[in-house]
Amino acid sequence: MIRKKVASVQDALQGVANNQTLMLGGFGLSGIPENAIAELVAMGVTGLTCISNNAGVDDFGLGLLLQKKQIYKMVSSYVGENDEFERQMLSGELDVELIPQGTLAERCRAAQAGFPAVYTPAGYGTEVAEGKETREFNGKMYVLEYAFKADFSFVKAWKGDEAGNLIFKGTARNFNPCMCGAANITVAEVEELVPAGELDPNQIHMPGIFVQRIFQGEKFEKRIEQRTVRQKS
Amino acid sequence: MALDKIGIAKRIAKEVQDGSYVNLGIGIPTLVANYVRDDISVEFQSENGVLGMGPFPFEGEEDADIINAGKQTITTLPGASFFDSALSFSMIRGQHVQLTILGAMEVAENGDIANWKIPGKMVKGMGGAMDLVASAENIIVAMMHTNRAGASKLLKRCSLPLTGVGCVKKIVTNLAVLEITPDGFQLLERAPGVSVTEIQEATEGHLIVSGDIPEMDI
Repeated sequence: MIRKKVASVQDALQGVANNQTLMLGGFGLSGIPENAIAELVAMGVTGLTCISNNAGVDDFGLGLLLQKKQIYKMVSSYVGENDEFERQMLSGELDVELIPQGTLAERCRAAQAGFPAVYTPAGYGTEVAEGKETREFNGKMYVLEYAFKADFSFVKAWKGDEAGNLIFKGTARNFNPCMCGAANITVAEVEELVPAGELDPNQIHMPGIFVQRIFQGEKFEKRIEQRTVRQKS
Repeated sequence: MALDKIGIAKRIAKEVQDGSYVNLGIGIPTLVANYVRDDISVEFQSENGVLGMGPFPFEGEEDADIINAGKQTITTLPGASFFDSALSFSMIRGQHVQLTILGAMEVAENGDIANWKIPGKMVKGMGGAMDLVASAENIIVAMMHTNRAGASKLLKRCSLPLTGVGCVKKIVTNLAVLEITPDGFQLLERAPGVSVTEIQEATEGHLIVSGDIPEMDI
């Protein structure tokens, strides 16, 4: 067994520096690496390029890094729900690259899987495809999209073991598996870290080979963005 | 009388076929799930990674780890599954999801759609919409016929940045059901009590009216 366990979030983020490119898992506030984000705020690193489907809300998730102006560029598919983000984007303080959600997932997966680029039909004929190579396959047009390159990938899983194997829960899975192994160093934080051998190999969603460091998250707030319920009749 | 959002959702629900996997966009499309006949089998996909979406949870049973693409807390139905974002878009891009229902700011008579950006004013991003419209076999747009200023949303050409080109098949608005044809918007049905003239006046693009246009059956 190759041990991936580190003792703390500080150990897990060793090597993070200004001007790096980071991938961060999560959809909305679901499945975001809360502990890594809190530590990035504490470290005060700046000039970051963040690849993440969303940009958090004003006071949680990546919104915390935006507030401190630690982010130089966001690469996302959807950035509503964040006033500070909108302000920084419209004033030109923040560089933003908006890309289709499936393209975002696939550019992560391509980096993980060793593909330099992929052809996708998404965005053909729109401003997303401007300046990009296009090609026809079987009568349909596709856009060439390159694999991401990133220094660190921060993911969040439900359970993990010392070997770095991960199990996700519900829709908190989202981009997290796609970002494992897609950066030079993948850091996983989990709600429950167990000794190797305790997780059933049949149930592993992401094998530990894609993870370099794993740690038990100290605190998970798991904030709900849109609480919707129905009444018992 | 023009339909309200629920009326639009009810009419679109009739388009949902037995045995189909369906992706519902945010807004009016989300309401469609409430009005699909209960004697047919349909599974709703949400691009953040769930197939077999159920209704909202009962109070106190919300789970931060189970949400839809609108970030709303949801439940799952028997037969449901969770998956990652790449697999989710494999379902969409690979055309395993048969029907996409989404909202729009503008639709053009050639099937172009714009729904993600108003330059200088509103930039929230396209989310999964560009992947959905580039791939789905069947795309139905749910929207109001005109915008808040009263201007038509069914145009000769879209003026806003596009989400997809030549992809919309059908449009259900508060006034009408229309199909995109090579010659323009073919009027199929009128909302109850709405005249062809009213629809004509609210449609900037080329409207094709052939024969008697029936009222929607809702």
